[in-house]
Amino acid sequence: MNRRSLLTSAIVAFGLAAGGAAAQDKTKVGFIYVGPVGDGGWTYEHNVGRLAIEEEFGDAVETTYVESVAEGPDAERVLTQMALGGADLIFTTSFGFMDPTINVAKKFPDVKFEHATGYKRADNVSTYSARFYEGRAVQGTIAGEMTESNIVGYIGSYPIPEVIRGINAAFLAARAVNPDVEFKIVWAYTWFDPAKEADAAKVLIEQGADVILQHTDSTAPQAAAQAAGNVITFGQASDMSEYAPRPRVSSIIDNWAPYYIERTKAVMDGTWESSDVWHGINEGMVGIGEISDAVPAEVKEKALALKDSIAAGETHPFTGPINKQDGSVWLEDGETADDGTLLGMNFYVEGIEGSIPN
Amino acid sequence: MDLSAINPILLLASLMVAATPILLAATGELIAEKAGVLNLGVEGMMIFGAICGFATAVETGSPWLGFLAASVGGAVLSLLFVILTQLALANQVASGLALTLFGLGLSALLGQGYVGVKPPPTPDLHIPGLSQIPFVGEILFTHDVVLYFSIVLVALVWLFLRSTRAGLILRAVGENHDAAHALGYKVVLIRSLAIVFGGACAGLGGAYISLVRVPQWTEGMTAGVGWIALALVVFASWRPWRVLIGAYLFGGITVLQLNLQAAGVAIPVEYLAMSPYIITIVVLVLLSRDKARAPAALGRIFHASS
Repeated sequence: MNRRSLLTSAIVAFGLAAGGAAAQDKTKVGFIYVGPVGDGGWTYEHNVGRLAIEEEFGDAVETTYVESVAEGPDAERVLTQMALGGADLIFTTSFGFMDPTINVAKKFPDVKFEHATGYKRADNVSTYSARFYEGRAVQGTIAGEMTESNIVGYIGSYPIPEVIRGINAAFLAARAVNPDVEFKIVWAYTWFDPAKEADAAKVLIEQGADVILQHTDSTAPQAAAQAAGNVITFGQASDMSEYAPRPRVSSIIDNWAPYYIERTKAVMDGTWESSDVWHGINEGMVGIGEISDAVPAEVKEKALALKDSIAAGETHPFTGPINKQDGSVWLEDGETADDGTLLGMNFYVEGIEGSIPN
Repeated sequence: MDLSAINPILLLASLMVAATPILLAATGELIAEKAGVLNLGVEGMMIFGAICGFATAVETGSPWLGFLAASVGGAVLSLLFVILTQLALANQVASGLALTLFGLGLSALLGQGYVGVKPPPTPDLHIPGLSQIPFVGEILFTHDVVLYFSIVLVALVWLFLRSTRAGLILRAVGENHDAAHALGYKVVLIRSLAIVFGGACAGLGGAYISLVRVPQWTEGMTAGVGWIALALVVFASWRPWRVLIGAYLFGGITVLQLNLQAAGVAIPVEYLAMSPYIITIVVLVLLSRDKARAPAALGRIFHASS
């Protein structure tokens, strides 16, 4: 008997013992987070979704979470531990958890995994994400209308398709209402580092930006904008309403709760299947936070009209004619982008300065 | 590329702000390590200081009471390390790591009611006369008191270690605790004081992040600054002025690279993002080519009867 089969039989024996003790009655749902639940943004909203599961199913479920897990080998260790601990369903809520999720899922075929914002799937690994770019288009509209310096600062996290998609969507919407607007983009190379995020916001403000869009998780850029005075921002992932009505004039709110409840239900009923979900404003996964009074009424109206039109499926934020940064044609007049290109987006659209890091 | 978008005055001013938390924490750790104690709990003491300072400043409306509470908080947390390593003779590395984890958890707990709260602003000190000097005056003489204090502290620590009898004793304890003990110096007491000083400095550095640099409270907001301060002490080969150079280099290049990115300089962003780490290490390694070495008793446990 080699070591692996010994380990397997030990786990089986443990499982039998636990089953005998009726511990299997509860459905165990695990979460791993990239930041702390108190970040006020991305991880905070995933945790709201976790609490919604507990609220919905009460004693029938048991949820656990591990916060501030580094993307990489550390994630694999935490996931393995969670799976060994008897989790039935595990949500991995950051792009960088993609490969660890796939690796651990191979070892535990009976555990269901749900990976947020990734593109690798397996029989027991689903992926889910939200069409944040729809919300970015609404933000871009407000940004383009509101900027006086015509410089919009954008704090990027990592140069992955999701972030690039957000930049492009915001830029196209801003240019549509203000042909003179320019974007200054800074890559922070972190999802969560308040001091660095604040520095990035300050630098953009010093270089003339009076609108700050962020794709990092903490509220630090909001605080920096507030300290600077005449700058507006948007809540990212969470409403961040504590900074309303200024600097925060609106927000993108990630609403994971309905999806989390649905998937947990599926595991309980035994109907869970690997799937790929990409929902937007229409399905309610992307919410637009209240547009504050700092925004003039006609701009607010315009932004809400765009939101409704996107929700109704009448407008697609990526509708041609759109050229890529190098001037080559991406979308012909009236053509809309397909999901495949959007999911792998690795180019800027025409008009954005600078290059994307590899 | 548009370098004219970078305002050198603002750049240098934000450089000093970015460097100050690292400088404060590293100066405190330098004293502890000179006394022969390796305290890996800097990150934990910083974040604890960050919330103590933030909460006190919000409750009392005074940033100065906040900074005071932050250094007291950092010092109190470091007492835990004193008990573990100086009285119970526990392993310093393990105790330090535990202190970091404990500080992160405890600060998250204490900070729950302070998310999204705005702290009272820390007033800048406009030194009359000096701050009116064009260019230089604006860069150097329009900051808050804590920033100046951090520089004065480096000078004091340098003087203390170099020219005072107490500094000599502290170094003796760090080099050879048995010999110092045989000479009649109270090794445990001296080390305890050094650790508490380190804790107070780390707490102050943490509060500088939550009250001045960001200014807000967010869980885990120090995000590794404590570890950078620890590394800085080693790369600065335990010399106060080199710690200052290192902290300003690191803080400066961090801010500079963001400025270069925003100005659209055609250097790949990956290189810009790693430049603070690389340049700081290279410069400090070059500086410390001389006979610099760690205090001989660093990290070793002292027991009077052995």
